[in-house]
Amino acid sequence: MDHLRSEKMSFIQLIMPVESAHRAISYLGELGMLQFKDLNDDKSPFQRTFVNQVKRCGEMSRKLRFFSDQISKAGVTSSACPAFQPGISLEELEVQLAEHEAELLEMNTNSEELRRAYNELLEFKLVLLKAGRLLGSSRNHEIPAERELDENVYSKEKDQESLSLLDQETLSEMSNKAGLRFISGIICKSKALIFERMLFRTTRGNMFFNQAPAEEHVMDPVSGEMVEKIVFVVFFSGEQAKTKILKICEAFGANCYPVPEDTNKQRQMTHEVSSRLSELEATLDAGIRHRNNALASIGSQLWKWTIMVRKEKAVYDTLNMLSFDVTKKCLIGEGWCPIFAKPQIKDALQHATIDSNSQVGIIFHVMDAIESPPTYYRTNRFSHAFQEIIDAYGFVSETVEKIILYMHFCSGQYI
Amino acid sequence: MYGFEALTFNIDGGYLEAIVRGYRSGLLTAADYNNLCQCETLDDIKMHLSATEYGPYLQNEPSPLHTTTIVEKCTLKLVDEYKHMLCQATEPLSTFLEYITYGHMIDNVVLIVTGTLHERDVQELLEKCHPLGMFDSIATLAVAQNMRELYRLVLVDTPLAPYFSECITSEDLDDMNIEIMRNTLYKAYLEDFYKFCQKLGGATAEIMTDLLAFEADRRAVNITINSIGTELTRDDRRKLYSNFGLLYPYGHEELAACEDIDQVRAVMEKYPPYQSIFVKLSYGESQMLDKAFYEEEVKRLCWAFEQQFHYGVFFAYMRLREQEIRNLMWISECVAQNQKSRIHDSVVFIF
Repeated sequence: MDHLRSEKMSFIQLIMPVESAHRAISYLGELGMLQFKDLNDDKSPFQRTFVNQVKRCGEMSRKLRFFSDQISKAGVTSSACPAFQPGISLEELEVQLAEHEAELLEMNTNSEELRRAYNELLEFKLVLLKAGRLLGSSRNHEIPAERELDENVYSKEKDQESLSLLDQETLSEMSNKAGLRFISGIICKSKALIFERMLFRTTRGNMFFNQAPAEEHVMDPVSGEMVEKIVFVVFFSGEQAKTKILKICEAFGANCYPVPEDTNKQRQMTHEVSSRLSELEATLDAGIRHRNNALASIGSQLWKWTIMVRKEKAVYDTLNMLSFDVTKKCLIGEGWCPIFAKPQIKDALQHATIDSNSQVGIIFHVMDAIESPPTYYRTNRFSHAFQEIIDAYGFVSETVEKIILYMHFCSGQYI
Repeated sequence: MYGFEALTFNIDGGYLEAIVRGYRSGLLTAADYNNLCQCETLDDIKMHLSATEYGPYLQNEPSPLHTTTIVEKCTLKLVDEYKHMLCQATEPLSTFLEYITYGHMIDNVVLIVTGTLHERDVQELLEKCHPLGMFDSIATLAVAQNMRELYRLVLVDTPLAPYFSECITSEDLDDMNIEIMRNTLYKAYLEDFYKFCQKLGGATAEIMTDLLAFEADRRAVNITINSIGTELTRDDRRKLYSNFGLLYPYGHEELAACEDIDQVRAVMEKYPPYQSIFVKLSYGESQMLDKAFYEEEVKRLCWAFEQQFHYGVFFAYMRLREQEIRNLMWISECVAQNQKSRIHDSVVFIF
């Protein structure tokens, strides 16, 4: 029944010189057979020795998260690391990451300006398309609602109607007279109902609100998603009503665009706006392509970098657990390891000493311990899954073997 | 049935009570505060906080940090927890949770109206509002010219509508009137909340009565002290005091007549629970009064967790978190401005 119990553990102490400490810990980490005891328990996180390095690792992992965020937002798929890349050191990686981040941020700010201009023009075009129709329909359509408006205004309008065929310019003068005026704009569909209600209340019902859904989806600058918008036209009279309506538009984030009443002029403006839009689109596309290239090149190495940074952070966290013996210029660490792994650990330590060109070897000796050791189960590929299930419910102490027995029995593993 | 909540509370409220107690165990302890007070820079604070439950919220912020960023992210955490609880709650817990946010709504309304009066940009003001007190048409408050319009245009749709009956006047909004409006709204809100808790009955009523009474009394004292020397008449002052609490009605009569702080102290020392607060202050000093009140409040809020099967734990948790965010803001400001000697002036330890 021996294989159902934990491995026999021994408590060891390591004394390592500073220059080989980092390498030794990373080799031990690859081995995964040692659990260190935290000798600096009483110190706060920023009083530890290697706090700066941990901070740097934290910064780097933040940059890596930022990159992966940007990549997923842009929808760029990158191939896994293509060619064999020589290993780079942490400092070089830091410099590279900083460069990439600065580049990416710059590209983002540049394209944001362009994108905002593009959105405005797009919205203007949508407003022109729909508002023309709304204006026309509101003019000719004899709805009772319009009759409730000021009588003078309506009759004046009717006179203007007959004149309009003869004289186009008088139409533009309409806005100067205290007659029926309008404001046209575009607003998110979700806010349309409250917007209309608010306009109704502010003007005490003396307005007419007409709306139509916009044909294309517009990108919301804040969230970066495509939202549905509707084009609206508000008819009102009076100067005070105008200021109130403009303030409400601003409060709801509705963008107002001036639409000329004349259909010819509308067509002209639509034409102009379309040409400017296509220019902007070309520029934007070029910018996006450039950025996606940069992201793709980052993306192919992202996974490798993430692993590297996490390893380094883990190494420095472990180094923080060792106590620094300043007088002897070495680090002392204590921990638990299974007995069968001792030769492997000694091997790893020796490699570390050789690789770091250190004069002094790392001292490794067994100590007696009072407290009970942690448990370690040697698992193969098959039993690993069952061990994971057991671990999910909590780590069992060495004496509680019944649960393990039960699990193994249920899993059908031979006893 | 008081005393038998254990039989039925867990059917609807059990999951959320467990959740809120879990959240409460994530509050920063005295050891955390000690470490934070020893920080030299804001980066140290960020590093320490990333080991606490605030980690995921702060880890994506680039250094150099600002104090406002730290406070914003911590508030975001509170809002996320609140929303999680609210969407899982059923009646009457969901109404109870919504009541907790009305105070913030009132503060936001007053913020926007005052800001518009001083001609600030609406978007700027919206960013300063507390996220728990946001509602849909809040931005339109900038359009209103007087209180009647304020009510008719915007507030009639919000839960604050019933609190307005006492304050609709056609006067134009100015600083004084806005403060009076704020206090009248808050008075109506506290009384409404009090009645709601009474209706719920049982342990909730008992615990919330105590907490709300303390709140009402504290506001009465603050109103008195702040209105000493202003044009607020005695009758107006009396109208701003709530209709419940330890000080009602005799304490309110005496407070309304107070003309300076020592008189206020004399009045408060007649009530044993508040005597202990005022004993800590030396004569003529009112700066420490805020801290003393916060300490007393935190003590009472922690007591709310001693009993099970009532809604007071939710209210207590939200208040404790807000106190913690206030502490973090004070600590960050002291560290950022290099005035670490004053850190302990205003930090209230929760445990």
